[in-house]
Parts: sequence; C-alpha cells; structure tokens
Amino acid sequence: MESTLIIDEPKTVTNHSSLADASVWNNKAGTTISGSQAVLEAFIAEGVDTIFGYPGGAIMPIYDALYDYHDKLKHVLVRHEQGGIHAGQGYARSSGKVGVVFATSGPGATNLVTGLADAMIDSTPLVCVTGQVFAHLLGTDAFQEVDVINITTPVTKWNYQITDAAEIPQIMAKAFFIARTGRPGPVLIDIAKNAQLQKFDYKGYLPCNHIRSYRPKPIVRQSYVEQAAALINEAKKPFVIFGQGVILGEAELEFKAFIEKGGLPAAWTILGLSALPTDHPQNVGMLGMHGNYGPNVLTNECDVLIAVGMRFDDRVTGRLDKYAKQAKVIHLDIDPSEIDKNVKTTVPLWGDCKETLPLLTQLIQPAKHTDWIKQFRDLGQKETDKVIHKELNPAIGEITMGEVMRVLNELTGGNAIIVTDVGQHQMVACRYAKFNESKSNITSGGAGTMGFGLPAAIGAKFGAPDRTVVAIIGDGGIQMTIQELGTIMQTGVDVKILILNNRFLGMVRQWQQLFHDKRYSFVDIQSPDYVMVAKAYRIEGSSIDQRTDLKAALETMLHHPNSYLLEVMVAKEDNVFPMVPQGRGVSEIILSKEEL
Amino acid sequence: MSHTLAPIQYAPTALEGGAASAAPPSLDGKQEYTITVYTENQVGLLNRIAIIFSRRKINIESLNTSPSEAEGIHRFTIVINETEDVVKKLCRQIEKQVEVLKAYFNTNEEIVWQELALYKVPTDVITEKVIVERLLRQFGARAVVIRQDYIIFETTGHRQETEGLIHALAPYGLIEFVRSARVAIIKASSGFHDKLREFEAYQPANDVSQNEFLGKRSEVFSM
Repeated sequence: MESTLIIDEPKTVTNHSSLADASVWNNKAGTTISGSQAVLEAFIAEGVDTIFGYPGGAIMPIYDALYDYHDKLKHVLVRHEQGGIHAGQGYARSSGKVGVVFATSGPGATNLVTGLADAMIDSTPLVCVTGQVFAHLLGTDAFQEVDVINITTPVTKWNYQITDAAEIPQIMAKAFFIARTGRPGPVLIDIAKNAQLQKFDYKGYLPCNHIRSYRPKPIVRQSYVEQAAALINEAKKPFVIFGQGVILGEAELEFKAFIEKGGLPAAWTILGLSALPTDHPQNVGMLGMHGNYGPNVLTNECDVLIAVGMRFDDRVTGRLDKYAKQAKVIHLDIDPSEIDKNVKTTVPLWGDCKETLPLLTQLIQPAKHTDWIKQFRDLGQKETDKVIHKELNPAIGEITMGEVMRVLNELTGGNAIIVTDVGQHQMVACRYAKFNESKSNITSGGAGTMGFGLPAAIGAKFGAPDRTVVAIIGDGGIQMTIQELGTIMQTGVDVKILILNNRFLGMVRQWQQLFHDKRYSFVDIQSPDYVMVAKAYRIEGSSIDQRTDLKAALETMLHHPNSYLLEVMVAKEDNVFPMVPQGRGVSEIILSKEEL
Repeated sequence: MSHTLAPIQYAPTALEGGAASAAPPSLDGKQEYTITVYTENQVGLLNRIAIIFSRRKINIESLNTSPSEAEGIHRFTIVINETEDVVKKLCRQIEKQVEVLKAYFNTNEEIVWQELALYKVPTDVITEKVIVERLLRQFGARAVVIRQDYIIFETTGHRQETEGLIHALAPYGLIEFVRSARVAIIKASSGFHDKLREFEAYQPANDVSQNEFLGKRSEVFSM
C-alpha cells in the first residue's frame, strides 16, 4: 500500500489499516473473544501486572477469564473493596503506574467510593472496573444493582458504562489514557454482565493517544515563562512552594535544577514531600497547618511566591485574605482550573512542569539568596528550641511520636517508603520523616481518609517490591481497615506495620482540648490486643511502652523477613505543634498552646 | 377536557420583576451570565455538568441542550446569576471535563437571546373578545394550532415579553402555558470563533484561534 499511494485519493484511516500499526496489541486479534477476555487483553497491552479486587456475582465472567490469565496478571484478593482501591492507590503512588481495581456491582462498587474520592482529590491514576447487572435489568432495582455511574460521577475524572462488548477495547484504551495523562485521576468503567459474557470479533488493541475534546496538557506560553523569569530575577525574597505535581510530572530533577540555579528556598505540601530530598540545603520544610514555622511565617514576607504543582489547599493557606498578600504569585500547574481558584496569580504559568521548569531555569539568573534562606533557618532554630528538640529527644516521660520517627530515620537512613494514615501520627511522620528518594511518602492528603494506611501500604509494596515499606498508623485508623491483615496473610507481602497508639483519636482530641474547653467527646477509643490480632493472622508482632526498648523493637521490625506489627504506646495527650489554628493567617502560626 | 382546567393564576407583580434579564450587576456583583458549552454527545455528560453547579449550590436559571452546527457536537446554553469571578471558575471546571470541548460565558450585552413560549387559550373567549385578538397582535403571537375548544399561540422573546403576554391573557382564561430554555447567539460577527480567540488569550489552549477539532468526526478516538 505504501508504494502505490495515489496522490489524489483521499487518505482515510480505517480500523483495518491501523491494525498494521506497530503500537497495536495484536494478541488474539482477528479471533472471537469474550468481553471479559478483552478487558484482560487491554490490561496486558497497557502493561498492568497487578490487580486489586474482590469478586462477586456481576463480575464473575471477568474473574472466570482471569483464571486463564493468572500467569500474566497477578490478582491480589483484598478483604474489602475499600481496601482494594486504597491498595490500588498505594501501588500507583509508589510505582508511578496506573492502579487497577476490580469490584462487583452494588455494594462492591459503592465500597469504592471513598477511595475514588481520595484518588480524585490526590490526583492518583486508577482504572476501576466494576461489574454491573445484565443490561436488560438496568433500572429495574435488580439484585445488587446500584447506579454506579451516577454515584461516582463527582469522584471520578471519567466514568463510562459498557453494555456491548465491542466497545470494550476502545473504552479501556480511553480509560488508561485519561487516568494517567494530564492531571491524573481515577476512572471507573462499569461493565454489564452481558457485555462480559458476549463474544465479539476482536480486532486487536490500539492504545489511545488523543481524545478530541480533551487536552491533557495546556500549551505553554513563552511570554508567561519570560514574565515569570523576570519576576524571579528581580525578586529579593523569592519563595518556592511545591506539591505532588513535581512527582506526578516526574520532574524531580528539573525542579532541583531550577531551585539550585536560582538559589531559591523551597517548602512542600505533604503530597509534595519526597520530591526533593529532605536534607537538601534549600529544602526549608513543610507548609500548612502543622507545617514548619519558617515557611509559614515567611510566606507573608516573600516578594515572589512560586507555586509548583500545588493547589493552595485551605490546610496550606489558612485564611486566604491573610495569605501572601504582599507577594507576586507565579503558579505552575497542569490543570488550568487550579489557576486563580484560591489564590490570584500574577503569572499563570500553566503547563506540564516537566516542560515549564526547564524553560524557566534557562531564563533565570544564578543567585544565592543566602540571607533570605538564613531567615528560614533562624526561624527553624526557634521551632527546634521550642518544639522539635523536646519532641524528638525527650529524656523522661512517655515515648513521643517524634522520637519514634527520629529512631526510624536513623535505622532506614531515609530509604524506606513511609505510608501514613490520617491524624496526629500523619502530621508527625510527615514533619520528621527523612526521605532521599521521590515517591516515598504515601498518605491521604486532600481527603484525609482514615483507614487508608494499611491497604495503601500493601499496594505500595506491590508497586515497589524492592523497597522497605513502613506503614505508620494510629490506633483509630488501623481499626478502620484492620481486615486487610488478611490480605497480608494470604499474599505474604512484606509490610512493616508501626502502630503509634495514644489511646485516643488524637487529632480530634487535640482540637477538643484547644478549641472546645477540653470537652473530650467520644475520642477515647479502646484498642484490641494488636499483637494477638496480628498473631491470629499469622503475622508476628510486639508491643512496647519503654523508651529503652524502642530502637531494638524497630530494628526487629525492619529486619524481620516478613511482615511485622509493632505497637508503640506513645504519650496520651501530646499535641502536634506548630499549628495554624483554623481561621487564622499562616503567619499567625503558634508554637505551643500557651500562644493560643 | 380543557374546559375543566382552571385558568392559571399569576402574581401581578411578576411583570415588574421580569425586567431582571436586562439588569446591570446588582450590589453583590451578581448578574445574568449565559454559559455556552460545546461537548461530545455522551450519556451522563448532562449530569457531569449539572453537578458542577449543584455542588456549589448555584441555581441554574435556564438550560438548553441540542445539537450544534458541527456534526456530533452538542451545545449547552446555561443561564445563571453569579459574579464574574464565580462564572469564570465554573467555566474552567466545565472545560476540565473530558468530553467538553469548550466553555465560555457572556453577559447579556454580548448576546442576542430568545425564549419560546406556548399559550393555550379557550377558542370561545378569543372569538368573542376582540381585545384578545388585539393583544395577540401586539405581542406578535402566532397561532400554532386552532381547534374548536382551544387555540395554541406561540411567541418568542425575552423573559419579560413572554411574561407580559401571560399577564395580558390571564383574565381571559389561559389554560396552559409553557416556556423553553434560553437560546443565545453571540453578537460579534464571527461569533463563536471570535469569542474563542478572546478566551484563548487568557486560557491555556493552542494559539490557533479556531478549534481545529470541531466538525471532524474522524478526530474522535475509536477502534
């Protein structure tokens, strides 16, 4: 065909000719296969290796097909669909790939909703496949029928219901393309049982490379790059704040080159944590409600604020009318709807930061800003004196969460993946954990989903099998998804579970103490004997409450050949400080409750 | 059967309020905006767009969706009462949806718009009372259906015009009334493409002012 092309003939691309394309996955092409097989062929073509799921009536044809694919696709049987989707999230966050999740119709699908919301707000690429009742039963209140598409619309980047198997290859291709491109997010594909069973003429699998109504990356404007560079070059006190966009855009090196050339101090949101090594000389710490003193105070002193791949969440900004009002704002984001959403920008530098950062680096003048960075260090010293030192090195009293982190850092050297749940332990872990590598901090940020930690850690280990995964979880969060110990038992996955038990729902208790006259309303939570629970699941464990045992216990946990559960009894009524109390500006951050 | 229906009662003060569509921004900065959205024709997309408003507790005053001039592309016309800042953010949220090609907004000054209204009136009253016929002429109404028992008239115009005829007809036994959503077209001579150019000056898209995908069915991803 290529040698006899007639010039005048209109060039048409048909499905048939595209089959010759090298990018087409031709396995089984030209044969008759079932919709279920087509789903699994799509996974293989997309490079999926692991699926987290739970079977049920409406997804049985897919599970039946999976029986023949068990050598190519690893299926992790979770204990609850919420555990499945959080594991998918952990997998996606540690590997940078798309997490894949199976659930059945009805309750199976509704159990995914929390994870979808979490993945949506934290921009985690997922493809979830749910079974659905036969197409002819849709809308009849059939057994385990739930309107999954409408329930999940607000919490998915895209969703689609398939009732005809012939649609499956194209829709799966779109699903993976949408999930991983642009600002990533969760996609849900609901497949009616008849489509799973239906045989159709399979023409092969063509990965999706465009959708005409969807522009994953905004076009970078050189004029905005120039304006941004000019602002940075004139700035006396430039300040970089960065989020997960740097990790999702795989722009860690570009980011480092940018701040190093400009001598720019950089602070992170908790989802941006680990994009820049924590001991980098220009890393000035954590932003937000429980972030570091320096970056919060100096946000209101900088003259140019450069936001990279972050979305000015209210936990980062505090009161907006008291947030960086003096600064010119440069906002780098791949999602144009984030620009001007919360904070008005001076220069809207939309685009993929992997592209925009090098353009910006090229135009900025090498600088040092030594005195300005020293201001961060000086305030950091004040924080160390008032908060950090006693948190990390208490001589007497109960074990603190901070000292657990200090010892853990010494033992891991900052090379472990740290997965956290939600609450006080999460803030302490993020404040003090040491990281050398990107994609090492996995936590539920925007949604604040308790119960995220344990299943996400399981997924993280499958996504990065060569790395040590430590799940740090409070005594509240562990009890929300503790059933996933069963998944660990069955798969033998190696996850180190570190429970920081303060016998309270600590973060709520802290707020009740500070803002509700210490009226402790239903925060006193009891725990089972975690070591015995672990033992019941054939996982070894121990519990300590003495400072002298801490290092040895953590060593035992880390060196154990398999999963291990360590419970550390920590101080009951410790508070996380510093804190930007709700309704205050970031520079009104307090270091102790006496300042409230 | 139609004679058994009681005439619909309308509050007489509504006529004065009907002029809102031409009103300038109110004290809180809110005014009427017409949002135009070009989308793929896809099941569920209406819900995806509607929840962008309902999530923020914003009431949709009027919503029309129908095929556009480009094959396979639908056009939504949505009227809301909001500030410019909010409507701008809403448009970006709408445009973020995978199946939306473009969303933009206009004030009432920038567009020509119409609503269509149908009025069902008892035939005997119309034939007996000369004044009714004059009213209909005055409001530019056209008869769509003429039957022994009732006549259906149609008018097009702004809200206050269609509202005006309701009030004029009410005393003579209006049986039923229905009004369509707003449809709007941009005043500028090159319409959509001009507006796109203006938007893309502030929006992250190709420097090409025309949407190269419109009208190209082959650009839809398929296998």
